[in-house]
Amino acid sequence: MSSVKQIQLTINGQMYSGRAEPRTLLVHFLRDELGLTGTHIGCIVGKCGACSIVLNGKVVKSCLLFAMQAEGAEILTVEGLTKGSQLHPIQEAFWEQHGLQCGYCTPGMLLATYSLLQNNPSPSEKEIREGIAGNLCMCTGYVNIVKAVKAAAEKIAPAKKSSSTRR
Amino acid sequence: MIPRPFEYHAPATVSEAISLLKNANDSKILAGGQSLVPLMKLRLVSPANIVDIGRIAGLRYIKRERNRLLIGSMAIHHDVATSSIINKKCKPLAEAASHIGDQQVRNRGTIGGTICYADPAADIPAVVVAMDAEFKVTGPFTERVVKARDFFQDIFTTDLRQDEILTEVRVPVLPPRSGGTYVKFERGVGDLAIVGVAAIVTLDNAGACKDVRLGLAGVGSTPIRATKAEDVLKGQKPSDALVAEAGEKAAEMSNPSSDIRGSAEYKREMVKVHVRKAIKQSLSRI
Repeated sequence: MSSVKQIQLTINGQMYSGRAEPRTLLVHFLRDELGLTGTHIGCIVGKCGACSIVLNGKVVKSCLLFAMQAEGAEILTVEGLTKGSQLHPIQEAFWEQHGLQCGYCTPGMLLATYSLLQNNPSPSEKEIREGIAGNLCMCTGYVNIVKAVKAAAEKIAPAKKSSSTRR
Repeated sequence: MIPRPFEYHAPATVSEAISLLKNANDSKILAGGQSLVPLMKLRLVSPANIVDIGRIAGLRYIKRERNRLLIGSMAIHHDVATSSIINKKCKPLAEAASHIGDQQVRNRGTIGGTICYADPAADIPAVVVAMDAEFKVTGPFTERVVKARDFFQDIFTTDLRQDEILTEVRVPVLPPRSGGTYVKFERGVGDLAIVGVAAIVTLDNAGACKDVRLGLAGVGSTPIRATKAEDVLKGQKPSDALVAEAGEKAAEMSNPSSDIRGSAEYKREMVKVHVRKAIKQSLSRI
């Protein structure tokens, strides 16, 4: 039988520790073991992107890796975007542009947007659509999501100039 | 959607990984896991031992050495797609990497992983076959170099032995007076290619084709080098008629099967269309 192991990692700037079997997917570890249920499970086959998180600075699907692979990693989940009650500019933009209806895909969309804007602070509409290609939404039809990403880029852009090293 | 139980190993060095592969029964290498993890969740594969090579330092790099690029097997698709040296010296490879999956998949998936998985519809294998790339393969006692063309043996089947790891991909840079591209024809972003075409064209001083290389994805049990199509153009000044004939020959050499991405007949037609497109695009980039 496979051995259960203790896993330590940093999530949203805080140290966490929990137990997992080798076959435990990272998304299940985050939700079931650590209680961080902001990261959603949609398709669980790596198609929908609802489980997207930022792992060591890069957005990934947390259903496509084992918790063991994240030992010692730094992770950002949707819970880490807000500062207290202050929404992240990306969250504000999704709110203002109605970039969600049921909200199920939203945590993944927000983190895909976060990663996209880090690599490309002012993406074209085509680049936005490519950037969120790994995230499926079954209700808004994407038009408002694309608007929200654009609005988020504009919100973040002026702040970027003063702290250009943020990556 | 939970895999069967297995033991997890995270070796720190290549030699440690190889000894695990040699000694642990029913073991499999985990690189980026973007194909293996789904297969394990669907229980299509259920290895008893997983050897995660993601913690081995020094397998993720891209560098130039004379007339070739050396790419560590754990370089992720995002690295390859955005590398300035690859974009400058081997555009088709960067383009192919940029078309794989979505940003999340490109942030985990590796060049070594996609090559060793050997899905015949994958993008990178068609490019490395067209480029005459070589692979450095490290085993228990020795290192060997395998040509891309000899590496892919059948669907999901390669020349790699159970106790070997592909550690480096060596890709020649495009010669002077060359242009190249990778054209992917897909149903939607993130899907595998219906047809993918890697093309590199090199002209001589008189404007005739000194060299032509064509690699096809998605239309056979391995990536296909469309040599008969290359021969149509070699030594000739490219013309619409010759480019069209090359498309016909490439379609003749392909052996697609009918599946959810289209009928065999349709895919063969698409080979003609996209080989023409890829050659013209390569010529326009010289």
